Amino acid sequence: MSNSIHDMGGMHGFGAIIEETDEPVFHSKWESRVYAMNRALGPLRLWSIDEGRAAQEALPPAVYLSCSYYQRWLLGLETRVIKHKLATEEELSSGKSLQTVSAPSHIFRPEDAQKLTRGSYDRDPHSEPKFKVGDTIRTINTNTNTHTRLPRYARDKVGVVEALRGFHVYPDSVAIGNGEDPQWLYTVVFDGMTIWGPDSEPGVTLSIEAFEPYLEHL
Amino acid sequence: MDENTTHHHDHHDMSELSDVEVRVRSLETVLSEKGFIDPLALDAIVEAYETRIGPQNGKRIIARAWTDPEFREALFEDASAAAASFGNISPVGSHLIAVENTPKRHNMVVCTLCSCYPWEVLGLPPSWYKSAPYRSRAVIEPRKVLSEFGVILPETTEVRVWDSTAETRFLVVPMRPDETEGWSESDLEKLVTRNSMVGTGLALSPRDLEADP
Repeated sequence: MSNSIHDMGGMHGFGAIIEETDEPVFHSKWESRVYAMNRALGPLRLWSIDEGRAAQEALPPAVYLSCSYYQRWLLGLETRVIKHKLATEEELSSGKSLQTVSAPSHIFRPEDAQKLTRGSYDRDPHSEPKFKVGDTIRTINTNTNTHTRLPRYARDKVGVVEALRGFHVYPDSVAIGNGEDPQWLYTVVFDGMTIWGPDSEPGVTLSIEAFEPYLEHL
Repeated sequence: MDENTTHHHDHHDMSELSDVEVRVRSLETVLSEKGFIDPLALDAIVEAYETRIGPQNGKRIIARAWTDPEFREALFEDASAAAASFGNISPVGSHLIAVENTPKRHNMVVCTLCSCYPWEVLGLPPSWYKSAPYRSRAVIEPRKVLSEFGVILPETTEVRVWDSTAETRFLVVPMRPDETEGWSESDLEKLVTRNSMVGTGLALSPRDLEADP
């Protein structure tokens, strides 16, 4: 969902930023277990990371805002566990495994935590990039109701390509089960005035990481 | 789920577990009974983030960039490779990008859509980074946000906000504080704060360090 509550850039009314002193890595044990379960299940490739992101973005706005960060991760994880038939709703509510399933032979082992790394989503390019550094572009105007990385504030705006960042799995495609469809990724920079008009603060530039389908030659 | 239900401590017995704790425990039990997860692996992941993977890694990178011109150049050329040259830093995803603060430009990083952050070099993001106020405001009023973090910049310094919404992760390289000539890397590390590597702070001055060691 692209016009949903997670796309917060530029919204008003959320108030002050609260910085905790001496903040712990996790505030309670359950947060650490939710985080670790996500990390341990990720490499099994039962689903894509973008499907996980999309699951959180699909939460109703009131739920999204009233949940803490790791509560959202928990909801997203429960949804995927049920959807991909790792467990049933009944099993999760009873806390007991009621039927056996064939688990993958290679699961995340304690020793794998020695070399924790994010999955790799870059791919070998099979096309030439359409844009080069310095090109003036316009971002597309889109209101797709599926996952996208093009934030609302940066749609239909004129900017400049600042860097080419490689060829990567296209989240917009993989999140909806349409395959990796890898695309070139660029850093595109905008002037604050272009994005926010006269309400922009002075001397501000803003950049996004834009996949090639988000861009059009001006 | 009610936020208030999440503040119980995990040493309570079953009858006192909050709703969210019960759900997390059920999920872990069912998934491990079915063989999808190994609870010991979860322990190891948590331990890694509570001990090895955190801003201390970023601090070492910054202190070296301040003292070793060759490393500095390598860092801006390919930050993933430069970070990997510290053997005991967890492998860095292939697209870590270092951005340089100068008197002309101050960089700050946000993820408006969720919480992208350079985990390998800074650990997990603090709560404020993942919060709606920071995600909504950092892009539209970065100078105001910076001033609330105690960073007031002249209008002649461009503020560049990096909305980290994709496969790249950004590490801000703060300016080296004055009056630190001849300092060792390990002393310089003490001047580097997590916020200075996200861009919501500056590196500490030797005087700050004296006041609050």
